[in-house]
Amino acid sequence: MHNSPIATADQEAHQNPALLHHFATEEQQKDAASLGMWVFLATEIMFFGGMFCAYLVYRYWYFGDFGAGSQSLNVVLGGTNTAVLICSSLTVALAVRAAQLGQQKVIIICLILTMLLGLVFLGIKGVEYHDKFVEHHVPGPGFHFPGHVPGHPDIPINQHHAQIFFSLYFIMTGLHALHMIIGVGLFAFITYNAMRRRYGPDYYTPVEVAGLYWHFVDIIWIYLFPLLYLIDRSK
Amino acid sequence: MATAVLESGERETYLNKEYGIKSWLLTVDHKRIALLYLVSITFFFFIGGFFALLIRLELLTPAGDLVQADTYNKLFTMHGQVMVFFFLIPAVPAVLGNFLIPIMIGAKDLAFPRVNLLSWYLYIIGGALMLYTILNGGVDTGWTFYTPLSTEFLNTHVVTAGLAIFVAGFSSILTGLNFVVTTHRMRAPGMTWSRLPLFVWAHYATSIIQLLGTPVLAITLLLVVCERLFHLGIFNPALGGDPLLFQHLFWFYSHPAVYIMILPGMGIVSEIVCCFSRKRIFGYTAMALALLGIAVVGFLVWAHHMFVAGISLYAAMIFSLLSYFVAVPSAIKVFNWTSTMYKGSITYQTPMLYAFGFIGLFTMGGLTGLFLASLGIDVHVTDTYFVVAHFHYIMVGGMVMAYLGGMHFWWPKISGRMYPEGWGRLAALLVFVGFNLTFFPQFILGYMGMPRRYWDYSHSPEFQILNVLSTAGATVLAVGYVLPMIYFLWSMRYGKPAPDNPWNAAGLEWMVPSPPPTFNFEEQPVVTWEAYNYDEIKEEVPVAQ
Amino acid sequence: MANNVDALYIFLLVVSGMMTVAIFTLVLVFAVRYRKRPGQRAEQIDGSHALEITWSLIPFCIFMVFFAWGAIIFFQERKPPQNSAEVYTVAKQWMWKFEHMEGQREINELHVPIGRDVKMIMTSQDVIHSFFVPAFRIKQDVLPGRYTVAWFHATKAGTYHLFCAEYCGTMHSGMVGSVVVMEPKDYEAWMGGGGNQPLAVTGEKLFTELGCVTCHRSDTQGRGPNLVSIFGKPVLLEDGRTVVADENYIRESILQPGAKIVNGFKPIMPTFQGQISDEQLNALVAYVKSLSQAPSGQTGGRKMATATP
Ligand SMILES: [Cu+2]
Ligand SMILES: [Cu+2]
Repeated sequence: MHNSPIATADQEAHQNPALLHHFATEEQQKDAASLGMWVFLATEIMFFGGMFCAYLVYRYWYFGDFGAGSQSLNVVLGGTNTAVLICSSLTVALAVRAAQLGQQKVIIICLILTMLLGLVFLGIKGVEYHDKFVEHHVPGPGFHFPGHVPGHPDIPINQHHAQIFFSLYFIMTGLHALHMIIGVGLFAFITYNAMRRRYGPDYYTPVEVAGLYWHFVDIIWIYLFPLLYLIDRSK
Repeated sequence: MATAVLESGERETYLNKEYGIKSWLLTVDHKRIALLYLVSITFFFFIGGFFALLIRLELLTPAGDLVQADTYNKLFTMHGQVMVFFFLIPAVPAVLGNFLIPIMIGAKDLAFPRVNLLSWYLYIIGGALMLYTILNGGVDTGWTFYTPLSTEFLNTHVVTAGLAIFVAGFSSILTGLNFVVTTHRMRAPGMTWSRLPLFVWAHYATSIIQLLGTPVLAITLLLVVCERLFHLGIFNPALGGDPLLFQHLFWFYSHPAVYIMILPGMGIVSEIVCCFSRKRIFGYTAMALALLGIAVVGFLVWAHHMFVAGISLYAAMIFSLLSYFVAVPSAIKVFNWTSTMYKGSITYQTPMLYAFGFIGLFTMGGLTGLFLASLGIDVHVTDTYFVVAHFHYIMVGGMVMAYLGGMHFWWPKISGRMYPEGWGRLAALLVFVGFNLTFFPQFILGYMGMPRRYWDYSHSPEFQILNVLSTAGATVLAVGYVLPMIYFLWSMRYGKPAPDNPWNAAGLEWMVPSPPPTFNFEEQPVVTWEAYNYDEIKEEVPVAQ
Repeated sequence: MANNVDALYIFLLVVSGMMTVAIFTLVLVFAVRYRKRPGQRAEQIDGSHALEITWSLIPFCIFMVFFAWGAIIFFQERKPPQNSAEVYTVAKQWMWKFEHMEGQREINELHVPIGRDVKMIMTSQDVIHSFFVPAFRIKQDVLPGRYTVAWFHATKAGTYHLFCAEYCGTMHSGMVGSVVVMEPKDYEAWMGGGGNQPLAVTGEKLFTELGCVTCHRSDTQGRGPNLVSIFGKPVLLEDGRTVVADENYIRESILQPGAKIVNGFKPIMPTFQGQISDEQLNALVAYVKSLSQAPSGQTGGRKMATATP
């Protein structure tokens, strides 16, 4: 291809080094990238949707046991994590804005802050998991969740049903945490590129698209937190 | 217009631009990735086909005498899993769709070429896990993975099989994502939505299902794997779980998955019927809307697989009713293809023979689907050979017919060579005859009451004669499938060089050279014509030699 | 029932056969009539909304007939008549265990008389199975952890295949049996064979042995609800919901007493999960049901009802 006239014409057309060969314009490339992320997020909604569906069905059937499971979660740590994630969404939004304005330093600071907040979230999540492990609330052979159904001191908790609650809790929050880890990895890569001054008003698509992803992960948590932690606090 | 020329004096194409294993394994060219897929799905097709032949041989006699019961259970399980997840679902989209969609809409590549390569690698990782499962003794859950059998009662390789399909699912998702974004954002100037070939519309509809259905299957299989490893109880009634929840989640994907298989086939047949009738498609808008309609309504009918599973009476009635709704757009398509031939100028080249076969077999598969959607009949024939025959009519009679038709139609474009027409027609005939001989007797078997997945039917020797017919048919079918592989390979070396437009067909893909150059178009094409503008193409299909 | 299903089947066969023939004929006629001829070109037609609407609406109406007819049959299949003879069925890998109301037990063979409605009350000990008698055109999955129900009315003496239709592991194809339909007098003779104890009597004994009777008294003084005449009636629960006391409800209340507490009672009943077999559970259910039957008649269950005030 290197000695063909077409290739030369193509290379000349590459005004912006970030423009990939198969796109006609930068705008087309940017539109494609953000549409791609939106479509991907639609997929992700269905991915979590299957589990939300399972959760809702079992919660309806095993209302009392799920309530007991929910009350055993640490609402202070969960609430802190919610606050942490909301802050991180803010820092991501600031990073995107900084990229649009070409403020190189601000981009990097905001991205690093985001990653730190993400890691704080994961750390707190780790503490919660550890507590559950110590309390034998992890599904499996050693699972043990004594007590009674909230509001019914004479009904003991059904161990099987409680185990389903904790199974769903661990799988849902675990998959969410996995998404967080991927997000932090993504931002590490983007921070590296930002340090090489790759982003500016002409080209900030990766920052924007990764930000979209991060907001989505944040929103998933915004649903998980009330469904798992808060829903049965009234009793 | 300047044409790239190699030092050898040959015109540069996507095939001869670079050589060497690395130039293939690291390629981001959608056409090369399509060929990578072609090789991989063909491999799995023959593995799945081999299992099918063993199944048919076992059923030749009523007693279970060829293989052990466990082996038989593994054979039909792995036949199903390999064929559904590693052949049928990727076949048309990942090979023909991948190759053709960018060219048909006037783009240089898909929107995300590296994601495209990634999805092939995911497919290969999934495939490797599947092979590992097969070589290590296999899995015998049935392709449906029903719980609690799969999670608590079997000691075969359920986890690796589940993970294989989990990973392959992401390959499918990424392909769908690429197609949706490409169709939205990469169309050439003038290529409006109403000018898109129906092949592209079909893939667009398919992609929607891949995007919204596959993740649900993925999470369901993940839960099965977790359940098996840690005995969580989510799908196990002994621990308070519900096996019907598994079935709902599984069929939420696996019913629409049928449309992942058949919609691209409908796209292919639309292209072929128009070309060999020299006509515009009858009712373009209705055809495009029917594709979308099937994709959307297809998401609302899943529980028709569960009429006898223990769902409530009223749920069953609603799902039966909705299943009839999805039959209407399918009927429209058959009528419109037929009408497209009206007052045409029809020739019977190999692709057209496959299209005839598709219309016939899809009609029969669709109409027997109406039997199954009818509650009263379904109770009797579900889980019998009637169902087996029905879905093979759709998935093999429909989808594989269309796939082979498409392969013959576009092979000159893909390889730059013509295949031998006489052999092509013979193979098409063998496939059609062999298919009907294999699967028609199974409708009768099903109504007589032969349950599916039976290794031994010595209690009912009256089933034997139909099973013998079926096995005989499978042999013919096998010959029909091996033939094209042989002459396609042969043609790569000895076939006549193909002209750019061997059928004088409409569409952008026929305006680029055969085989196309790496970036498809030397200049950005501008589309000024409607789809299927056969009124503007003066030449007829050349007479076959 | 088999006749109804066959009639619908033949109707579907004829209608879809006509559709198939119509389409095949059109394709063939067009293929021949409009084959390529020298000097003749295709005539372009864009489509016709009128035609498209016609061939959407007409099939749709036909489909609705398919749906309605099928739904009516299904509705009958799902509603067992009152006063059916009941057969408690336990499926397991890979056999069928039946127990008649009169106490006869059978494995892989089910004897029934001609002309009687027979209701199968089925559960599984392990995986999902499916009760399938092709000659009766009935099929119903049999699930672990709950009851599912099927019914039939045999009209001709003979021996019919019984298949498991839901793949259930290694010897799935060996999980076959037969339904033996007998003339009523042959059936009586077969029944009279052993001095069996009616299922409800077995249940009543268990009811006493397990101590159920101390709380579930037949007056209003018990610590548990009075079980006389509750079967088939709506029950008001403590959380305000109402459930119908069917077989599944009784089953659940024995295994998971805390799941649905009757209004006005305390959740003090211990669970019997893992302490009684499926057969014992069936006997208890049969006994509780027998408490709700009219005190006249000849089946064992009904006698029990009169014997237990
Ligand atoms: Cu379906
Ligand atoms: Cu079985």
